[in-house]
Amino acid sequence: MATTYFTQDHEWIRVESGIATVGITNYAQEQLGDLVFVELPEVGRVLKKGDTAVVVESVKAASDVYAPVDGEITAANAALSSEPALVNSSAAGDGWLWKMKLADESQLVGLLDEAGYKALVG
Amino acid sequence: MTGSEPRRLPLEDLHVAASARFGPFAGWSMPITYPAGVMKEHLHAREHAGLFDISHMKLFELSGPGAADLIAKACPLDAASLAVSQSKYTFFLNEQAGIIDDLIVTRLGDERFMIVANAGNAAEDEAHLRRLAGGFDCKVEALDRVFLAIQGPEAWAALARAGVETGSLLFMHGIEPKPGWFMSRSGYTGEDGFEIGLPEADARALAAKLLADDRVMWIGLAARDSLRLEAGLCLHGQDITADLDPASAGLMWAIAKPVREAGRFIGAAALKAIIAAGPRQKRVGLKPQGRQPIRPGTELFDAVGKQVGRVTSGGFGPSVNIPVAMGYIDMASADAPSLLFAEVRGARIPVDVHPLPFTPHRYRKG
Repeated sequence: MATTYFTQDHEWIRVESGIATVGITNYAQEQLGDLVFVELPEVGRVLKKGDTAVVVESVKAASDVYAPVDGEITAANAALSSEPALVNSSAAGDGWLWKMKLADESQLVGLLDEAGYKALVG
Repeated sequence: MTGSEPRRLPLEDLHVAASARFGPFAGWSMPITYPAGVMKEHLHAREHAGLFDISHMKLFELSGPGAADLIAKACPLDAASLAVSQSKYTFFLNEQAGIIDDLIVTRLGDERFMIVANAGNAAEDEAHLRRLAGGFDCKVEALDRVFLAIQGPEAWAALARAGVETGSLLFMHGIEPKPGWFMSRSGYTGEDGFEIGLPEADARALAAKLLADDRVMWIGLAARDSLRLEAGLCLHGQDITADLDPASAGLMWAIAKPVREAGRFIGAAALKAIIAAGPRQKRVGLKPQGRQPIRPGTELFDAVGKQVGRVTSGGFGPSVNIPVAMGYIDMASADAPSLLFAEVRGARIPVDVHPLPFTPHRYRKG
């Protein structure tokens, strides 16, 4: 059973069996506008919470997406190389960004749940 | 502009009603995108007709026997030689030939001219004009108008349906079709189109009629920027500044040779010296290889890793469906390289020098 968490930086984290799938929220993609390029991380890269994992580029600007927790990248969404707009059309689904193996599951405790995130973005 | 509340457009309520997302630009709160999004907005303007609220820009009316002479001093332009209704792209230059602002000057009558200036420089432009006007028999009036642009191949037809005949008005000409109105066939997209300054009540009526037409939709500032970048048009403050001259910027086409030789305008001596010595840098179009955009401020290197330039505008071109940019490369090395490398987050992206514009201009010239 997967559990979904959210961050104040408008990311979602779906955790199942120690693996987190990370993406940006629908609210975030609306703010960014049409994405034209996603710089994906290399599998095997070890990230600390707060490191830049991905850069999403809209027509106008580039924005960093940070690792919400410590861990090692196990997959990047290759479909975004040819179709970055998947993040716009399906932010919480096919537009996922990367998967990572959690280094410390206790870091999830500080994250928001869906109700908490909804309260944040109104 | 920092620290003060942004100025609000007179038609802001219409943009709110259209669910625009707002952002700051040049001291104004501007509609950046509408729910369609920058891609669809951009493509719509290229294929149909886009309506832009550009009321942040400033219109100055100059009138009096000395108006043409004032303009010939402030701008490298022989204003007296313009036919009535003729418009010219020109600049205010400083004594170093740096571009204070870029402008469109239109002759309205024997002793009357309209100057359309950028929002970010409006206050400086006005002060500059008023300082100079002291020496000429010329009145400078900053007009209070709503300013709308309608751009795209169907712009003229949409205006006709809205009751505004564009008739025989050609590209880079402007007229006063109604009291308080100024309408020119010009724009900032590379498409056929019009810019109309008019009183607020008239603007509300016109916008309502235009938006009732399926061919017309609001276009935000984000698409305005991607449209002008594809069209190779400069944004003052990025691609041209008070530290850059028209020769370096590749804009000498806007300065007629006799005007250059007569040298009546502010900055003439400096510009002459720059041309004689050869500009030290050159504005070029840039096409990154691959899909990753390069942004303003990105440094450009040659094949051996020497920095040879920088990006001044860059993003994605929805019509060409590739990243597009422009910037400056140094002329110090005699052979300007055609392949450059942009440093983005530690990686070097190959970038081809590309002719401007990226999308052909489709102006209605005759």
